[in-house]
Amino acid sequence: MSYAIEMRHIRKEFPGIVANDNITLQVEEGEIHALFGENGAGKSTLMNILFGLYQPDQGELYVHGKKAVINDPNDATRLGIGMVHQHFMLIDKFTVAENIILGREPKKHGLLDMAKAVKIVKELSEKYGLDVDPYQKVEDITVGMQQRVEILKTLYRGSDILIFDEPTAVLTPIEIKELIVIMKRLVSEGKSIILITHKLKEIFEACDRCTVIRRGKNIDTMSISETNPSDLASMMVGRKIHVQVNDAPYDPKEKVLEIEHLNVLDSRKVNVIKDLHLSVHGGEILGIAGVDGNGQTELIEAIAGLRKVKEGTIKLNGQDITNQKTRKIVEAGLGYIPEDRQKHGLVLDFTIGENMVLQTYYKKPYAESGVLKNKVITKKAEQLIQEFDIRTPSEKTLARSLSGGNQQKVIVAREVDRSPQLLIAAQPTRGLDIGAIEFIHGKLLDEKKKGKAVLLVSFELDEILHLSDRIAVIYEGNIIDIVNPKETDENELGLLMAGRKKGGAES
Amino acid sequence: MSLFEVLTIIIPSTLLTAAPLIFTSLGGVFSERSGVVNIGLEGLMAVGAFTAAISTLGLERAGLGDASPWIAILIAAVAGGIFSLIHAVVSISFRADQTVSGVALNFLAAGLTIFLVKMIFDGKGQTPYISHNIDKISIPGLSKIPFIGPIFFQQVTYTSYLAILVSVFVWFIIFKTPFGLRLRSVGEHPAAADTLGINVSRMRYIGVALSGVFGGIGGAVYLVTITSNYSVTTIAGQGFLALAALVFGKWHPIGAMGASLFFGFAQALSITSQQIPYLDRLPSVIMLTAPYVLTLIVLTGFVGRAEAPKADGVPYIKGQR
Ligand SMILES: Nc1ncnc2c1ncn2[C@@H]1O[C@H](COP(=O)(O)OP(=O)(O)OP(=O)(O)O)[C@@H](O)[C@H]1O
Ligand SMILES: [Mg+2]
Repeated sequence: MSYAIEMRHIRKEFPGIVANDNITLQVEEGEIHALFGENGAGKSTLMNILFGLYQPDQGELYVHGKKAVINDPNDATRLGIGMVHQHFMLIDKFTVAENIILGREPKKHGLLDMAKAVKIVKELSEKYGLDVDPYQKVEDITVGMQQRVEILKTLYRGSDILIFDEPTAVLTPIEIKELIVIMKRLVSEGKSIILITHKLKEIFEACDRCTVIRRGKNIDTMSISETNPSDLASMMVGRKIHVQVNDAPYDPKEKVLEIEHLNVLDSRKVNVIKDLHLSVHGGEILGIAGVDGNGQTELIEAIAGLRKVKEGTIKLNGQDITNQKTRKIVEAGLGYIPEDRQKHGLVLDFTIGENMVLQTYYKKPYAESGVLKNKVITKKAEQLIQEFDIRTPSEKTLARSLSGGNQQKVIVAREVDRSPQLLIAAQPTRGLDIGAIEFIHGKLLDEKKKGKAVLLVSFELDEILHLSDRIAVIYEGNIIDIVNPKETDENELGLLMAGRKKGGAES
Repeated sequence: MSLFEVLTIIIPSTLLTAAPLIFTSLGGVFSERSGVVNIGLEGLMAVGAFTAAISTLGLERAGLGDASPWIAILIAAVAGGIFSLIHAVVSISFRADQTVSGVALNFLAAGLTIFLVKMIFDGKGQTPYISHNIDKISIPGLSKIPFIGPIFFQQVTYTSYLAILVSVFVWFIIFKTPFGLRLRSVGEHPAAADTLGINVSRMRYIGVALSGVFGGIGGAVYLVTITSNYSVTTIAGQGFLALAALVFGKWHPIGAMGASLFFGFAQALSITSQQIPYLDRLPSVIMLTAPYVLTLIVLTGFVGRAEAPKADGVPYIKGQR
């Protein structure tokens, strides 16, 4: 039997780094094949080669057993290969339908036939259970829906080999479950799928086989039924992984963050934070659990000064920071790991070094009399690259060319290193590999031990339960309960997040 | 003088001065919607005006009479299109800075046209006047409508109406055809367009070439309806006004047309101020600078950069993340 996809001895170099070094990948017809490896191992690169975005320096490609040359995405599409990219390829100002049909537009008398486009999108969306609104602009829809749009794009082009590059990193647990159902349905229709993910749970739930790569090299390919999560994890990082636990005693100090009567509007001018009260103490990690869209984003943006507060006060270290300039708030002691790393966390066209000093560049020792001290910045960056294991040729590399997970590490390194009084960590381990996650967890716990306050927002209930000293459940813009992680579990949290107060009463 | 009389002076003059701006800013729409900033509109207009001048002179001599300026506009369109390819090659294929390339285009156009004028006309700094302009006329029938007629249909040129019709046509092309969708996609997110098999460079070449064609037409119309001969100072600032109209019009064809009409109005005010009560008492410096001052006010006061196509001015490098 021939393979749906066979990539033989692929090599790809970038300036200063061999991203793929003699990698072979064989995907059987009708399977879900996991591609598993550390941040920067070369997974996206390999998939971009398969999709025709990069040209390999060496190696051969076979599609359904036939040798193929893929010079650009057009060739890939013709061969039935579709890709959902790690960073979405969507045009914000276009509608969902326009994004899907772009490049293969339905026409009537040579003109765009949008009515037909909408009809096609609706049909496809029903057939595969991918719920989207064809008329909405992409900039107005949730990340989950954006992802469904990406999948529909490939299906519209009739792809039978689908590449998913870390589709679950940006999804909520419920959306992940739905996605797995969808992938299984696609496979049962005869399609083959390559899935990149850092989450072992998904690999064991969804995949048939798995290929592990490390630092650009093949490690092994195996059947999922013949392995187990901990073996797979150590195979990927090449060492045993120590799980970090929150074992330091809970000894809360004075209030660092104090929020009272907070009201905030979202972009559509709807009141999404309603009279919210919350305080975080030094020496504790407060986790915020909640279903996406219940005001988490707006809450942290309001604290960070990125969104206007309509009513109420926010105090940091006793200082009123309500509606202050972000720099003021940062100087008052805020560190912020934002949800969207490319939009708010990094200047993609700056070097890693420059990104490392984004909040501190104007102060000693990074600047003196208004002149940047490049040597000091370089040294700092090199130290952080070393400490946080950021995979890059040098600190002069542009943030843009880093792998997704390594971009995330740059932000975390910068914020944690400043050791702020209050650290807001929003989805801090999004897109990170298992090794890196444990490392970051360790760093957050260190902050707690140092007596700093950490506000953790995450969709990963595991992460919340694991690290928090207290868990605040947010529902429809309000903290409806605060629970002790030692006395609760995923089920109870799940119910609370759905708006049910303890004792089963509907709120 | 009654308001009605003032309007019969100002509106036809507005329509006249706006037409070249409309054509040129529509050119800008094509280019910038595809993601290529085009500061070179001024130069493209110069090339168009120069080409129109010598073509009309030539065609007149060949005995084509009243058809001469019309054919000259078409020739100027082709010349503008070809000239704009310099900008395309430099900024798309070689990914040079688009602003610098556009500025270079302006210098090149000014130098080249004047050099050619001197060469063709024995060292003179300007071309002779053409004798067949596109004249101001009264539209038969329509100009007889009471009130409306004298304001909108007397003392006008066909090119003004043509400009307005063409803006609607361009709107249609950009928002209702597959071509338009693709053009906008490469201006917003070229990498995304690329993954869908759209040839980013080709679309941008077309965008820039169309800006050349329309800029050429704009310059030609300016020449055959307003100045009638070509010298270095002929275009002086018109291309930049068109650029401003493009921005003020939020990169939208109808918006650009509206903004062009506004700037046309500002220019008409300064041209006709001597005939208008109260205005005729103001020092002429004020009236002459008015269009530019208004432009500044409008651009600083009403326009946010956020409206520009997202990838406007950003060269696309394949395979870069
Ligand atoms: N276009 C590029 N230019 C320069 N370097 C690149 C480019 N693309 C990838 N790289 C480098 O190649 C290496 C592999 O990157 P790749 O994106 O394939 O990693 P990955 O396995 O997908 O990681 P992650 O899990 O973090 O997404 C990285 O070191 C990255 O910096
Ligand atoms: Mg990747």
